[in-house]
Formats: sequence, structure tokens, C-alpha cells
Amino acid sequence: MKILVGYKRVVDFNVRIQVKPDGTGVVTDGVKLSANPFDDIALEEALRLREKGVATEVVIAAIGPADLTAHLRNGLAMGADRAIHVVTADAVQPLTAARTLLKLVEKEQPGLVILGKQAIDDDANQTGQMLAALWDRPQATFASKLDVAGDKATVTREVDAGLETIEIDLPAVVTADLRLNEPRFIKLPDIMKAKKKPIDTIEFATLGVENGDHLKVTHYAAPAKRSKGVMVKDAAELVAALKQKGLL
Amino acid sequence: MSEERETMEYDVVVVGAGPAGLAFAIRMKQLSADTSVCVIEKGSTIGAQILSGAVIEPQPLDALLPGWRQAPPPICVAANHDEFWLYTKKGGIRLPTPPGMKNHGNFIVSLGAMCAWLAPQAEALGVDVFPGFAAADTIYNADGSVAGVRIGDMGVAKNGTHKAGYTQGIDIKAKVTVLAEGARGSLTKALVKRYKLDEGHDPQAYSIGIKELWQLPDDGRVQPGKIVHSVGWPADTHIYGGSFLYHLDQNRIALGYVSGLDYADTQYVPWEAFQQWKHHPHVKPLLEGGSIISAGARAIATGGWQSLPTCEMPGAILIGDGAGLLNVPKIKGTHQAIRSAMLAAEHLLASGFKAEGYDAKLRASDAMAELKQVRNIKPGFKKGLWFGLANAAWETVTVGHSPWTWKNKPDWSSLKKLDNDEQPKRDYVERDLPPRDRLAGVYHAATEHDEDQPIHLHVLNTDICVTQCAAEYDNPCTRFCPANVYEMVDDDNGGKRLQVNAANCVHCKLCDIKDPYENIVWTTPEGGAGPNYQNL
Repeated sequence: MKILVGYKRVVDFNVRIQVKPDGTGVVTDGVKLSANPFDDIALEEALRLREKGVATEVVIAAIGPADLTAHLRNGLAMGADRAIHVVTADAVQPLTAARTLLKLVEKEQPGLVILGKQAIDDDANQTGQMLAALWDRPQATFASKLDVAGDKATVTREVDAGLETIEIDLPAVVTADLRLNEPRFIKLPDIMKAKKKPIDTIEFATLGVENGDHLKVTHYAAPAKRSKGVMVKDAAELVAALKQKGLL
Repeated sequence: MSEERETMEYDVVVVGAGPAGLAFAIRMKQLSADTSVCVIEKGSTIGAQILSGAVIEPQPLDALLPGWRQAPPPICVAANHDEFWLYTKKGGIRLPTPPGMKNHGNFIVSLGAMCAWLAPQAEALGVDVFPGFAAADTIYNADGSVAGVRIGDMGVAKNGTHKAGYTQGIDIKAKVTVLAEGARGSLTKALVKRYKLDEGHDPQAYSIGIKELWQLPDDGRVQPGKIVHSVGWPADTHIYGGSFLYHLDQNRIALGYVSGLDYADTQYVPWEAFQQWKHHPHVKPLLEGGSIISAGARAIATGGWQSLPTCEMPGAILIGDGAGLLNVPKIKGTHQAIRSAMLAAEHLLASGFKAEGYDAKLRASDAMAELKQVRNIKPGFKKGLWFGLANAAWETVTVGHSPWTWKNKPDWSSLKKLDNDEQPKRDYVERDLPPRDRLAGVYHAATEHDEDQPIHLHVLNTDICVTQCAAEYDNPCTRFCPANVYEMVDDDNGGKRLQVNAANCVHCKLCDIKDPYENIVWTTPEGGAGPNYQNL
């Protein structure tokens, strides 16, 4: 079985996000970019399924600008067999991403697609669900445990009420939650091996994907700064202060 | 450890992807495409742990990459105006700009961004650059020569047990190991001791630079290319302290404060001196209404000519600020780093990868001639600011031809004990510019360490902290660390104990240098851990 893993590049989770002075976006120049952490978890799960003998090939796919190569090499160094790079200079919204992934699914015919439950840049949490709907296959989102046996997968999902375990028919889309696994560390020799692994590049325009970017971003702004706190001496003063602010 | 470690072999392994390490790798591949070179970098990405002013002299870069001006690094502003001030609390006097601080023809860069720009050029030449991997140890051949480096293990828990994802670090073996760790590198320090590289030389002396990068309103206050240096307030005349303020493009200003680590007052807080200086009437109006993009700290080697250790040992050499080549009066080291790197690459090719002979070539080079000329300037400030300035003028006029050379002492020995310490009255102001305190400042360093890993700051004897050090020096580690890593907290038995907040560490190495008992040893944490600077 082949597994397709979505592998998006985002601003690293350690970076203090800065809004551009003109409000057109966030600063990405000179900023560390790395794999979406949930995508790393998705890839780790795929690698474990391959190590268990369930999967035979793990393919990572990313949609983004020409300089994504180093990012994809990281995924290959983690252990993916090959990578697909859909090249576009523009950031794509979830529906466009799902439609693009569907094209790759049609081409690759994977038995399982694992995506991160969301990307930490826009936190949309939509692509997996949309892909399953477009593909007309089952979906198991927010997975914290995944077992594959034959043409069925048993997935434990993190839901509001606790954990829910469902069985789905494959092929299907699974989206990875935080507790699914802890991704492995990359080893130096594997970085060298990754340099020899294939990356297929496909121009976005040649895929014939209908644009699904229906959201218009008007501007970005940093959260308002918190005003200075006031020290109160006792409860009476606190009550008075709260009343003055109209909170009581 | 009897199990067989995985090993990779290169002709040359370089420790540290700063300007020296990357320039070395580039030069080596330019001269010999067949030589295999890898560069190991503990930072999570290239430039993430680089912090410098930085105004650079471009000539060595011209020699290394003749076409660089056509495709310059992302932050690169031509210097066009220099000022040098002696500050008082409420004002100051503009002094003649010393020759070393005249920057016509130089460029203001972000050294972090410049390294991130150099790395792909090295990779294009075939260098393997590995960010996120810490060289934790040096390995040796049977004959005692350096054989290469050992990468730190990943996935070790705080108590030393192996976590689920434990990955053993590999060994990288090479004909020669090039140490380009910057000031007070952890491997360099151990090698200096092992091979007695400091014998016959003064001990290295250091300073601490603390820096912030600000984004300011678009109202014309930022004048790209303007460079302002100051001495005087907030430092008293006994502390070697000075500021830099560089106007960049896109309404950004890089600013920082350097304190000599030979200070004697155990109550001195270098971070506080920097914050005080930001409130000087010349500086504060520039910053008001702005925000901090990134902030951090880094020790620099300021011992100069007389402190340069022997820079070669069997199987390894030192380059850049790891050797200690920074020019203090110029407060520049990048050009020296590139020079020594190029010289090292040329030497190793000529010698068939033998370290022997490199030290002599370095000492005969322009880089050392430059240091010799200014060797007495920084030590002169030991006698106070006024003597220091007069001495600097003398040394400048005589171009360093004084028949004497002043000695450096180790910085850890310079603190005065509480008993005989006359508390200087610091003429400080109430602060209101961010950050409020050191912890708030660390936020802007974006430093990250997995909390469940062994503490990488080894305090050799924690009893000293509560007994001798508390009585003699009032625990200076709680004040000198720019990231507030060290705290004395209540233990459960009514006493005190040292708490090491290692996760806050910004890898500046100050504690390893300044602790009066040499009780703190800085080691590498897991690869990729530490600060994530943005354009510092």
C-alpha cells in the first residue's frame, strides 16, 4: 500500500510572529520556516506503518514556491521514499489545496492519505475534510491512534467528549492530532541519503485545478497591546475599580 | 559505550556555521572541488544563533566572493555617517571619531542574515551544511591527534535515561577538524586545555554584547547608514562599556551594549546597563513607539593580540572569533574571521591537511598585524575610562609602536569580594521602554530547549553557591546572566539552593567565562536547541 502525506512548510513554531508594518501579511523574510508540526506527525505515522510492513511506499507532497526543495529534503531525510512538489508562488487556501491533492491522489492511487489536522499558519483545519469529500472516500480526523488491517483502518479520534474509535474502509483520509506519535529525530547519514531520493516537480498551472481561494484577506494586525495593570490595596478598592469600569 | 557508533567521513569537518566556518568551507571548495567538507551547526537553522552588530569591512568578503556586491545579503546598508559620543546621564559630548570607528566604505549587515546568505553559496559548491546538529565532543586518534567530532545524542531525558525517540549521535571523522565556534566555544575550550594552547600567551579576555533589533515608525527618524557609538553613561568610569546604534533599512535599528567582562563589581548587571543606555535622551526618543523584532546576547573575545592562543594542534585548527581575532577598537571581527578562514583553507591544501604551520602563517598575516597595532587599547581601560581614552589616543597616534604590551588577566578573577567592595552608586533612571525585565527580554530571543533533557549548564559544585559564593560574591550568576538562567531559590529546609533555568539559555557563554570559581561549564544541549534569532 502506498501512503500519501501532506507536508506543508510554515513559519516555525518558535518564531515570534511579526505583522508587516503595512499590514499585508506576516514577516517571512529571514524567518525560520519548517514543516507544519502536525504534518511531521502524519509523516511519522506513515513511516511507522511502512516499518510494520503495512505500507510499501511513503510519498510526501507539498504545494509552494520553488525554494521548497530543502523542506522536502527534510521529509525525505526523516524517511519518506519520494516527494512531489507542486510549484506555485502563491499561498493557496484549503479548497485549492484539497483540489490539488485530489489530482495527486488520482495520479498516485494511494491506499491511505495522512494529513496534519491543520497547519499552524492559518489554522484552517479544512483541507483533510475537503479532500475526503471531493475524493468521496471516508475520513477520520483528529486521529490519536491508527491501526491498519487489510482494507480497513481503526482510528481513535480526539473529540470534545473524549475519545471516539471508528472503523473506516480504505482508501481514506486520516488527519493527525498531536498525540498520534512523537516524530523521530533526523540522523545525519539520512540527510545524505535523502539527497539521492527523487523529488517530482509539477507546475501548479499544469494540473488544471479550479481555483478555490474564495476568502479575501483585507489586512493583518497584531493583537492590541495590553494596557498597564493597576495595583489595588484591598477588596473594597478592587470592587470600586471594577464598578468604575462598568464590570460590576 | 561499547556499541559501535555510526560514522561519516570527510576531509574536513567544520564546527560552527558562522562567518568563519562558512567562509572556510567556501574557500576550500573554491580551491579544491574534490575536497569533502561538512559544516556542523548547533542552531536550528543557519543564522539562528548568530548575533553581531554588525558593521563589516568588506575587503575580505571581496576577496572571497568577488561578485557579492551584485547579490548582497538581505540586510546590507552602506555606512554613510559616523558619530562617537561620550554620554553623561542627561547629555553628552561628541568626540572625534576614532580611526577604527570610521566606517566609510563599510556595510551595516545582520550577521545572522549574512550567514543564512553564505550557507547556500557553500552548498552550491558542494559543502554539506548541517544545521540542528551539535558537536558535543571531540574524538581522538590513537596517536592523540584530533580525529573529528561526536554529534550529541538526541532524545535523552533530564535524568539521563533514553526517551522513546532516542537517537545516538554519530561520529564525524576528518583529516582535520576546523573549530569555528565563536568566542568561548565549548570544544575549543577543552582543546585549549588539552593541548595547552594558551601556554606562552595571556589568558583570553572577553566582553558581553547584548543586542536588540527594533522596528520603528515610518516617520523619518531612521536614517539608513547612520552609525552612532558611545562610551560613558550608564557605565561608571571603572567599567569598560560602550554602545552601538546602527540605522538599517525598512525603519529598523540595531542597537546594543558591550560590557567588558573584566568588571570588578559583583553587583553589576550587564543587561541592566544596556536597558539604562536605551533611556539616554539621545536614544529613547528614537525607540518610543517602536517594537522589538529580536533580542539576544553573545560573548566576544576581546583579549586581542597578546591573548591569541596557539591556533593549531594535531588534527585541528582554530579560526575566527573562536581563536580570538576580533579587533576591539574597531569592534569588528567578521573581516578577521573571513581572513583567517581563507588563510586556513589555503594552508590546509598546501600542507596536505596538516595543521602544523598554520599558527605561524596566521601570526605573520595581516589579521595579526592589525591586532598588534591595537593591542594596548582595550587593556588601557582597566585603569578607568579617562586613562583608557587617553591611552587609546596615544596608541592610535603611535600606531601601536609602544615598546610595551599590557597583559590580560582571566575575567573570572576580576570580581572583587563583597568585603572590600566599595559599592559604586549607579546613576540609573526609571525605565519604561520594553522589555521590563530579563525574562521579558528572553521572549524576543525565541529560545527553545526541550525541558526534558539533561541540563546543559554544568554547575560543578552547587555547595559553593550557597556557602562560599553567597558570602563572598552574593551569587553574581543571578545578575550577570542576560537570560536570567540562574536563580537562588528557597530549598525545602529553610536554606537556599541554585536553580538553573537552562531552557532560557541564549548560548552567550558569559557564565562559563565570568563565574569567579570557574564553577560553570557550558556544554551543548540537544542539536537545534537554543535561541532562534531573527536578523541579529
